[in-house]
Amino acid sequence: MLIKRPADIRSSDITDEAFYLNRRAFLATAAGAAGAVVAAGALGRPLRAATPAAGQNDDELTPYDKVTSYNNFYEFGTDKGDPKAHAHTLRPRPWTVSVEGEVHQPTTFGIDDLWQRFPPEERVYRLRCVEAWSMVIPWLGFPLKALLDAVRPTSAAQYVEFTTLLDAEQMPGQKRQVLPWPYVEGLRLDEAMHPLTMLALGLYGKPLPNQNGAPVRLVVPWKYGFKSIKSIVRVRLTRTQPRNTWNVVAPREYGFYANVNPTVDHPRWSQARERRIGDLFKRPTLMFNGYAEQVAGLYRGMDLRRNY
Amino acid sequence: MTQGQWIRRVVKPAVFVGALVPFVMLGGDIATGGLAADPIEDITHRTGLTAITLLMATLAVTPLRRLLRLNALIQLRRMLGLFAFFYVSLHFSTYVMDQTLFSGQGLSPALIAEDVAKRPYVTVGFTALLLLVPLAVTSTTGWVKRLGAQRWQRLHRLVYVAAALAVLHFLWLVKADVRRPVIYGLVLVGLLGFRLVSERLRARARAAVGPSRSGAAVSVVRAPVSEEMAGRSPDSR
Repeated sequence: MLIKRPADIRSSDITDEAFYLNRRAFLATAAGAAGAVVAAGALGRPLRAATPAAGQNDDELTPYDKVTSYNNFYEFGTDKGDPKAHAHTLRPRPWTVSVEGEVHQPTTFGIDDLWQRFPPEERVYRLRCVEAWSMVIPWLGFPLKALLDAVRPTSAAQYVEFTTLLDAEQMPGQKRQVLPWPYVEGLRLDEAMHPLTMLALGLYGKPLPNQNGAPVRLVVPWKYGFKSIKSIVRVRLTRTQPRNTWNVVAPREYGFYANVNPTVDHPRWSQARERRIGDLFKRPTLMFNGYAEQVAGLYRGMDLRRNY
Repeated sequence: MTQGQWIRRVVKPAVFVGALVPFVMLGGDIATGGLAADPIEDITHRTGLTAITLLMATLAVTPLRRLLRLNALIQLRRMLGLFAFFYVSLHFSTYVMDQTLFSGQGLSPALIAEDVAKRPYVTVGFTALLLLVPLAVTSTTGWVKRLGAQRWQRLHRLVYVAAALAVLHFLWLVKADVRRPVIYGLVLVGLLGFRLVSERLRARARAAVGPSRSGAAVSVVRAPVSEEMAGRSPDSR
């Protein structure tokens, strides 16, 4: 596969280090402030407990060390601890994301462009893995809609396809064909434009650790975690439904939509409950991972059993 | 020290301690909070992996004994088999707890039965466990005598089926990376294949020697059991 990269990095693309360091300081302050606001219950609440169910109000943040040490990122190995152990080979800078396809203004964004043009905000989301475990993560990111608006999709655009970096040197897991590389994912355009859908650049107030999908990843909180593709190098708007890796590998088990749904079991295990990382006792899984109020409308009239 | 004594006094205690290491490490991690982020999954995976590894080790005793001409190795077989069963029991208990109590339900056999019936990888894993129960029960010297060596041995061939089901269980539960279950599968094929080939060779050897020796051949088949019972040093076969 061909990944288009600019032939060279223009000097205007290089962020002055002083500015870069300053930005970090700013982010740390901003994240701290955001954290305080969240604690005060002014900002986080609408996102955190959209449809609180019994026993579901205790969305405590999953500790940083768990968020960054228990990962599914097969590009670095298939065990949960592999990404943390092996992702140091990934070079998240310099990095570019090419936004192309059915758009009026195809654009290649450097990673620092993204930080500057789309100032990230902190959002606390639940993350529900298809393997029936979950976390609560304070992401730092911006709505995907902002990026898509910037490149102006054509009227023909129906879907958005995302592609992870393909580079077996940086991602040694790609030397084995465990999955067909590169990892690809997709969303319907209206899902991509939904205000909950975000591109994350960081978590816990810091840039993304490599094992969490540095330097930029998707976060779609009402879908199973595998939809939230990591280390994105390309975003392409398309007319037809893109393929998504796990659906290609095991179509009976993983669909295109992959909405969190406690009533539709995975063929090999139940999706009715989940273990929040850190808990011993499982808790009931909520429809659309608790975001039904915001997103159920996207699927009105659809058979969610068939469109799993 | 004869070979038999050496294995009984040195190798066997060492293997005993070795087989306990995963259990001690698990206990240590539970006590110190050293388990993975999903502790129940971690316990389930570690006990399962140890169980299937020890099952393979049990099945490796006979081929090793023949290849190394070290018959006294037979003294390790029952111990390894029982350790495998011990880890299978831990593995199954963890699964039961996860399905019932940790899921906010009572300790209900119906819940387990439903899951066993519904999910093929659980079905085969559970079947393997069921097959191992009579083998663990009849592992004592008393039961070998009660059943007679030949019947006992026929019964204990169930371990081949249990091991194959365990590999299938492993294969069916992984998401995409089949490397580990495939490795276990290949090891099992090797261990069982060795038996097929060596049986065939021995049968040919018996046929070549002639009918008068066939009685001796039967007693050779019995020999391992009686050796184990008596802890006797091996014959020169």
